[in-house]
Amino acid sequence: MEKSSALHASARPVRPFWSPLVAGVALGLVLLLTFVWTGHGLGATGATTRLLAWLGMVSAPSVTAANPYLGPIVEGGHPLSSWISWQVLGVALGALVSAFWAGRLRVQWDGERSIGRARRIAAALVGGVLAGFGARVAAGCTSGLGLSGAATLSIAAFVFLAVFFVAGLLVTRLVKGV
Amino acid sequence: MLPLNDAGMLSGLVCGVLFGWVLESAGFGSPCKLTGQFRLSDWSVLKVMFTAIVVAAAGLLGLQAMGWMEADAVFVPSAMLAAAAVGGLLVGAGFAVGGYCPGTSVVGLFSGRLDAGVFLLGLLLGTFAFAGLYGPAIEALMNAAEVMAGDSLPEAYGVPAWAVVLGMAAALVGVFVWGGRFERASRGPVTATEAVEGSAS
Repeated sequence: MEKSSALHASARPVRPFWSPLVAGVALGLVLLLTFVWTGHGLGATGATTRLLAWLGMVSAPSVTAANPYLGPIVEGGHPLSSWISWQVLGVALGALVSAFWAGRLRVQWDGERSIGRARRIAAALVGGVLAGFGARVAAGCTSGLGLSGAATLSIAAFVFLAVFFVAGLLVTRLVKGV
Repeated sequence: MLPLNDAGMLSGLVCGVLFGWVLESAGFGSPCKLTGQFRLSDWSVLKVMFTAIVVAAAGLLGLQAMGWMEADAVFVPSAMLAAAAVGGLLVGAGFAVGGYCPGTSVVGLFSGRLDAGVFLLGLLLGTFAFAGLYGPAIEALMNAAEVMAGDSLPEAYGVPAWAVVLGMAAALVGVFVWGGRFERASRGPVTATEAVEGSAS
């Protein structure tokens, strides 16, 4: 508190991250609570898909309603009115409060120190496009299919995680994105 | 009888807040820390994910064994293996290039990282491209190599669920031991101070 740095949005002292074991047990308990409470696990891209469907309805309603993928999503009512939208809003809130409380909230272009801002923006955009497309093919991402699916011993989840890690290991050696 | 099957606003917000709080506290808003897993210098991603999977799977199994939860009552993703493999390939590549996965990009943005906002924009563009290309060809790919016998390892192959969980617990010990060795042989895990400063990795 006493040393306020201009770089930090919150002038609180930076607290260390939780140990992986503590964070892993906590994450497992949160996931278990979610299963017990709702009957399904945690996710992320369900919300971005619904956000896209909503943006489509606002900007081009007839094209969106006729689209074979987005159409069925908008048929069932307001695309943003769903459990996963509230959950992702919760993730944003939880991350914000946690980062602020622990002195880890700082506005920055992370990764620009190693590869420059323009290249970092390009890498983040390309990475997002790949992940966004891939998550629709698999009908889930690292959270929704990998983490939540593996806890139910889903075969698809183990295949996803195995290929995910091998792809990450290989691509990291070819492209420096951060 | 569990699960409660409550899919309302409150359960979404509460589970989400806890999820975001744990992910941020683990350091998973930092792209340097996240991609450290692929450089093998920071094994936090595998350690945390694997621990969480074992804890949640053992918890579900325990609740079922005590008769508090019905078997097969929770959602299990369909065993569409081609879709899972192609999706895993693209999400893994996107993670390595962009520095986040979809969930952690939300954590990154709300811990102040503008590049995570760009990643989220990319997610929307990727979803847009998928919706634009969606048709018989993509559907055929997604439905290829489906396991018909069942969606989970116990269901499809008759492996006892406790044996799968025990196997994962043993592998988890391996992840901590081997990961620790790799971390000591390299620069090691990204600290909170390094992550906040946007450390050059």
